[in-house]
Parts: sequence; structure tokens; C-alpha cells
Amino acid sequence: MPNRRAPPSLFSRIEGLPIIVVFVLLLGLFMYTAPNVFLHPQIYTTLASTAPPLILLAAGLTFVIGAGEIDLSFPAVIAFSGYVFAVLFKDYQLGWIAVAGGLASGLLVGVVNGLLIARIGIPSFIATLGTQFFWSGMATLFSGGKSYALRGADESSVWQWIVGTFGDPNSIAWQDQISIQAIWTGLIVLGLWFVLNRHVFGEHILFIGDSKDVARVVGVNVERETITLYTLMGGLAAVAAMMLTLENKNYFGNQGGGYLLTAIAAVLIGGTSIFGGKTTLIGTVFGCFIIWMLEAGLVASGLTGAWVRTVQGLIFLIAIVFYLLVEEPARRASLFRRFGAKESGRTAKV
Amino acid sequence: MNAEPDQTHAAFRHIVRMEGVQKYFGAVHALRNIDLAIGRNEIVGLIGDNGAGKSTLIKVLTGVIQPSSGRIYVRDQEINLASHSVGHAHALSIETVYQDKSLGEKQPLWRNFFVGRQITNRFGFINIREEKRIAQDILLNTIGFRGVGIGVDSNVKQLSGGERQGIAIGRAMHFNSDLIILDEPTVALAVKEVRKVLDFVRRIKASGRACIYIEHNLAHVHEVADRLLVLDRGEIVADVAPKDMTVPELTEFLINLQHNR
Ligand SMILES: Nc1ncnc2c1ncn2[C@@H]1O[C@H](COP(=O)(O)OP(=O)(O)OP(=O)(O)O)[C@@H](O)[C@H]1O
Ligand SMILES: [Mg+2]
Repeated sequence: MPNRRAPPSLFSRIEGLPIIVVFVLLLGLFMYTAPNVFLHPQIYTTLASTAPPLILLAAGLTFVIGAGEIDLSFPAVIAFSGYVFAVLFKDYQLGWIAVAGGLASGLLVGVVNGLLIARIGIPSFIATLGTQFFWSGMATLFSGGKSYALRGADESSVWQWIVGTFGDPNSIAWQDQISIQAIWTGLIVLGLWFVLNRHVFGEHILFIGDSKDVARVVGVNVERETITLYTLMGGLAAVAAMMLTLENKNYFGNQGGGYLLTAIAAVLIGGTSIFGGKTTLIGTVFGCFIIWMLEAGLVASGLTGAWVRTVQGLIFLIAIVFYLLVEEPARRASLFRRFGAKESGRTAKV
Repeated sequence: MNAEPDQTHAAFRHIVRMEGVQKYFGAVHALRNIDLAIGRNEIVGLIGDNGAGKSTLIKVLTGVIQPSSGRIYVRDQEINLASHSVGHAHALSIETVYQDKSLGEKQPLWRNFFVGRQITNRFGFINIREEKRIAQDILLNTIGFRGVGIGVDSNVKQLSGGERQGIAIGRAMHFNSDLIILDEPTVALAVKEVRKVLDFVRRIKASGRACIYIEHNLAHVHEVADRLLVLDRGEIVADVAPKDMTVPELTEFLINLQHNR
């Protein structure tokens, strides 16, 4: 009893501190095991150019999971919005209008998800599982399964503004290779942080995640905020899709596939509660760094892709179990009691 | 701290009045033809068996759910039920304290005080400093949480049942409501905490407001109510003054209702 009145510990006062510590330790470990990779700036400029889609997806998912919901359809948005953008950009030469089109297609997917979940009342897991298949199927049908090479895209202002670099494009010095998408992503995440922590919408998301019944009785329009939530997620996934397509100068149909586990893992590793109501965007960003670094570090240490996935899956599960036990004293107690019950010969009733 | 209710509404007789309100949940007829009127400074106890429809009645009143049919008047003005909502009820100075579902468990107290009617700038960003300042004031002065180590940043999860009820009640008091609805506010509270809640009900009366008080413990409602409404299977079956019926008689009456099923 007495410690519940104790002043908040350092760990709870600085947002995302535990995960930042883990990140630093991991970074140190990789610097030790793969110094030729992690002590050179190239790896960090690569991070700046390839991590933004993951970070944007995970930032959106922080809201979704914070609201106690899930979205499984964002890989399909990566495919579908990427396709819409690629076609408008390459075949129709529409430039910035193609960007608007790509964004609109992501928002559309989001609105549909929101309506299915909030209006019709389908659990989000099921609804977005369905829309995931629907939209990725659509993308494959339209594109005929072909990939789209955006050759010469780097001549366009769209490319230069969204995924270009600051410095002289012909220079190979690392300072000149820092990608603009890292700056955009940083600004978007900063904006989202303020929305989540300081805006009415963010507060409503937290209360919805806490309990929909409470949210309703205190006057939150749960339906409207849920639709907004999924629209936001769709929009962010569309931005991620366009960054990815432009960065690769190529569209291919299953370009979103790898993000399903990694984006959700980044959010949960970061410390956002799987039960909703408690979020940390800073934790999410460091969760992304960890996921990304594990991939790079394991590959640099000479392991294959299958190993990387196995290790990512394992770390994901460990993180969830860890947070579950730290955050939910009741569950922790019941777990320990279950072990205790076994030890004492199954006499205690749980 | 206990500002007088809004004087601009001086010319009304009943704070709320319902006419022929019905509510179906699918085949369940939860409210049958409810007619009631609550005076502007009246404490009305609402009693009845589990599942009688008490919570449903107040949810209809406070805009959480829509009735299937009927009319509702607030300060003698009919309200448009299609657009009635929790926010609308708040705007009409009607506040509700639920037994358990009033507070966001994982959220700090300051958010709990203001959620649904945050102090914001025109872009919807919350003025956290102002909200915390007022929340601090409510904690110290309205609720009287002094020296118990509870601050505006404490999470609801950390509070005892009585403390939670205090928070919800303090919130209702702060927002200067004309009608405060208490849905079983004393469930699972120790005797001392119950006394606090009853004192609060008396303060509602003394400050000139109205209150609907749902309670299973007949001694508690009997003690503070001006009038008791008995709900049975969605219907109002009795409207009695506490002075006309003692607690044992009331108990007897309710038991007979159950036997007649
Ligand atoms: N959302 C709902 N959907 C379906 N049926 C409901 C719903 N809410 C209430 N009911 C039903 O309506 C009836 C009245 O319920 P209500 O909660 O109003 O009772 P109550 O008088 O508050 O009971 P208690 O004293 O146990 O709180 C019950 O039969 C209940 O099962
Ligand atoms: Mg009830």
C-alpha cells in the first residue's frame, strides 16, 4: 500500500526511458560485434532513408493500439496507395497530383475501415483482416502483378522534395546523403506527439482505449473519433507507401508485406499497452530503431533473413510478456499464483 | 466552491420531466411508459430490483442511449431526442456519477476532470496548465483530499473506491450542475465513505439543486430523499414520501413486488 503514494520514479517520469536504455545497450552491443558497420556513418544515413515508412506506420498504430483497437490492413495500403501513386506519377505524369491521389486512396481505405468498425460494429481485428485482403487484391488486379519502375523519378520535384537529400546529390560524403524523408518523418511524429498528448482527439483516444463505456458517459463521441483514427492511420500508411515507392524508384505489389509484424512489434516494444489507454510515441520511435537495428545488426553479423524474422518474433513476444507482467499487477499475481499452485500440488484454487 | 446554480433559468418548475418514455433492447422492454417530474430542488430516490431499469432510465435522460419513444423536457423545454447526447446533457447542467464507469482507470486525475469538455485553444489543443490548476483546486477545496498523497497526476488506478467516488462527485460539483444523478454511488464503500456521499447529497439539496439518487440500500435513500420512486420491471409502481413509509414498510413493499411476479 504505502508505495502507491510514492513520488513517480525516474522511469515513469521520462517518456520511453526503459526502451531508450535498451536501445543504447543494443547499439553498444552491435558496435562491439559489428564495428565495421556500426561505427561508420553509412549505416545511420541508411537508417534515415529506409526507416521512415516503418516509423510512420508505427506512429499511426500507436494511436490505433492506444485506442484498444488494431489495424491489419496497412500493408494493403502500402500496396494499394503505392500503386495509385505509381500509376498517376508514371503513366499520367501527374507529379504532385499523383501525391494527392496516393494520399486520398489511403484516406479512403481508412474511412472504410472506420465505418466498418465504428458504424457497423465489426471488431477491428476482423474488419481490417478483411480489408487487408480486399485492397491488396485490388492492387494486384489493377497492376496485373507487375512492378513499376519509376526510372528518372529523381529528376522530379516530387522526388526531390519527398525523398531527396540536402547536399549535393553527386557527393558521396555522408553529410550530403541524409534523406529529407527523415526530416518529414521527424516533423510528422512531433506533430502526432502533440496531438496524442495535448489535443482533445488524443485524449479521447486514450479514454476510448481505457474503456469505451467510460468514454461514452464522459461525452466522447466514440464513433466519430474511431472513424477519424482509422482515417489518420490510412493517411499515414499512404505517406509511408509513397516514400517507400519513391525511395526504391520502383513499385512492387508485395512491398508492404514485411511491415505487418515489424510495425506492430515496434509499438509494443516501445511500451504502448496492448490493452489500450496508455501510449508512448517516443517509445514507438525507439522501438522502430530497435527493430531496424536488429535487422541490420543480425544481417551484418552474418545471419540470414529467416534468422532475423525468428529473432524479431522472439523479441516481440519477450517484450509483450515483460510489459504485461510489469503493467498488470493482477495478471502478474495470477501468473505467480498459478506457478505457486502447481508447486503446492494443485491444492489452491485460482 | 459551491456556486449557486445558474440564475438565468429561474423561470422553470421541473428540472426534468418525462412523458411516456419507452425503451426496448430488442425484445427486452426495459422502460414502460415512464412519466415522471423532478422539481428544481428535489432529492428523488429511485429504487427497485436488479434489472428494474433504473440505470436505463437515467442513461436515457443523460443522452447515453436513445429512448424508443416518448418525450423529455428539461427546465420545461422539450429536448430533441434525436440530437440528445452526453455533451448536450452537460450543456444543460446535468451531471452523472456512475457506480464504477465514470473514470478512465489509466488516466491521470486532471484528464478525468475535464475529458469531454476540455479547456482548449481554438485548434483543440488542451491548456494543460490551466486544467491541472483547476483540478488541483477541486482536489483540495471541493473534495478535501489533503495530505493523502493524491495529486492531479495520480492515476485513477491508484485510488480506493471511496476516493474514486469523491473524484467523480467533485467533478459533478465543479461543473455547477442543476441536476446531479448518482447511480449507486455507495456500492462497495466503507461506512465512513458512505456518510461522505450522503453528506454530499444533503449539500446538493442545500445548494438549491436537484438530485436523482439510485440506491439499493433503502436506509440510505430513505434518510436523504424528499420522494421515492419505485421502479419494477420498467414501470414506475409507486411514488411515496419517506415520511409516509418507514424503512421496514418500504422493504416489505419491495419484497411483495417480487413475490407478485
Ligand atoms: N445495452 C443493453 N442491451 C440490452 N439489454 C440491456 C442493456 N442495458 C440494460 N439492458 C436490460 O434492461 C433491463 C434494465 O437494466 P438496468 O441496467 O436499467 O437495470 P437496473 O435497474 O439499473 O439494475 P441494477 O440495480 O442491477 O443496476 C435489464 O433487463 C437489462 O438486462
Ligand atoms: Mg443499474
